[in-house]
Amino acid sequence: MLQDLTDAERMALAQCRYAVLGDGRPLRLDCGVDLGPYRVAYQTYGTLNADKTNAILICHPLSCDQFVAERHPVTGKEGWWESLVGPGKVLDPARYFIICVNVLGHCMGSTGPLAREAATGQPWNLRFPVVTIGDMVRAQAALLDHLGIPDLFCVIGGSMGGMQVLEWAATYPKRVFSAVPIACAAHHSAQNIAFHEVGRQAIMADPEWKGGDYRLHQTVPARGLAVARMTAHITYLSEQALQRKFGRALQDRNALGFGFDADFQVESYLRHQGSTFVDRFDANSYLYITRAMDYFDLAGAHGGVLANAFRGSPTRFCLMSFTSDWLFPTHESREIVHALNAAAANVSFVEVASDKGHDAFLLDEPEMFRTLSGFLKGAAAVRGLKETT
Amino acid sequence: MKSIRVDLQLIADMVAPDTRALDIGCGDGALLAYLTNFKRVDARGMELSQAGVNACVANGLSVIQGDADADLRAYPDDAFDYVILGQTLQATREPREVLRQMLRVGKRAIVSFPNFAHWQVRLRMVFGGRMPQTTSLPYKWYDTPNIHLCSIDDFRALCHDMGVRIERAIVLNSKSRPIHMPPLLANLFGEQAVFMLRRD
Repeated sequence: MLQDLTDAERMALAQCRYAVLGDGRPLRLDCGVDLGPYRVAYQTYGTLNADKTNAILICHPLSCDQFVAERHPVTGKEGWWESLVGPGKVLDPARYFIICVNVLGHCMGSTGPLAREAATGQPWNLRFPVVTIGDMVRAQAALLDHLGIPDLFCVIGGSMGGMQVLEWAATYPKRVFSAVPIACAAHHSAQNIAFHEVGRQAIMADPEWKGGDYRLHQTVPARGLAVARMTAHITYLSEQALQRKFGRALQDRNALGFGFDADFQVESYLRHQGSTFVDRFDANSYLYITRAMDYFDLAGAHGGVLANAFRGSPTRFCLMSFTSDWLFPTHESREIVHALNAAAANVSFVEVASDKGHDAFLLDEPEMFRTLSGFLKGAAAVRGLKETT
Repeated sequence: MKSIRVDLQLIADMVAPDTRALDIGCGDGALLAYLTNFKRVDARGMELSQAGVNACVANGLSVIQGDADADLRAYPDDAFDYVILGQTLQATREPREVLRQMLRVGKRAIVSFPNFAHWQVRLRMVFGGRMPQTTSLPYKWYDTPNIHLCSIDDFRALCHDMGVRIERAIVLNSKSRPIHMPPLLANLFGEQAVFMLRRD
């Protein structure tokens, strides 16, 4: 299963673990297709204790991956949640066994549109079945079975990662002792679908995209993917954050250029975000992952009543949102809280004051760290988890 | 663990061990922590102030941001053995509806509130001609969160109207010590009261 990897995949798989699953017992996807065998790339930090009670699953968001707390093999940048995960941090590998799985459909080593179809030997490209958040979570559960991990002390994630956390709690309530969905929603809103559609159209409008078969033509739809990233990146920030960071400051010049170069710093910043994204993300993967988020509707999957997704749930929940997040605003988290209350679940909810927009969950937010640390302390006490392993 | 306020201790004493309780307006979580640690109660909280909620959750307590008027509706019937509302009823928009919701969500309700018929309040109104300010009602008329003040007798009358059974009523003096007097005098000398109610 390791032929025809992209350079990025090769570098990723050299720095993490992977398992080939579904051989003989394929994964039944929500779209009806049986997928198998399929590869799941994952990274771990820390050690599983003898009782197997200290496992924490981190679910990564759209534009991150399994390299949570280490230098990224492709970009060379530090891990995306190093503020949270590491020695002496809230999620300390000395205490917890931390796992992060590259989601199905992604491009950092797990099976997605980059892979070859086993039956035909041809690259999947756009023939790869559309995967859902539920499919991603079932693949993660299959990996835990493979690793012999019966249940998780905590499942935690922000944004698309938060959606996976909710799906985990709804699908495998007995395997999730505690759940921390951050800056997310139980369904993708019309506005969010709209932004994703702009991104997808930008990719598909790029002549280098070639109907999704760009690798066959040895082209890269770099401009389309960069524009998709630029659009999305705006939604991750707040107006205040953009204003504070850039204002109307000019880039490398003292006066307006009366042209269409990046006159303003904010333009230059976005262009940089777009062009660097292309180095680590695959355009088709971007279509698939954004689609998975669009399709997410937890209430819809439970007869239109969100509380039904959590009936009888033994899981302890802690939700967090951020005041300036307009992509996943607080009222969407509160909707989940109300559903959990209706299901009489154990739930805590904190809205963190921050002007950093949706991205706040990835940044240094002491209030978020304090909340998470206190919540895990309480959960660990109930679980009987010792201070150190 | 440090001791808790006298009025909170009174409420805590009313709660049986190994039960489920919801504390509305739980503040910094002192009562929740006490119930959890000393009575093994499955205790949840609701608090309006974000600072309060964050402090509670950071201490490992299960608390959500919300208020009695809006967020009690989300809970199912009989979700708790006790629903507690400490010194908050007078600040709700619809006290009667809040009480109804409390007794729907909980088998019992524990409510404490300041007595607006306390002799100091009466004196200030009658002879001072000004809105009363006392230790349990420290606000000026224009900045008070207390929009539905009542006396102990008013509260009894409401319980009667609603067909709610009063299981216990404790009247406290200005030092938060229980006083034992006939109702007429209790309504004059009590500065606050704690009631335990249940559906009839």
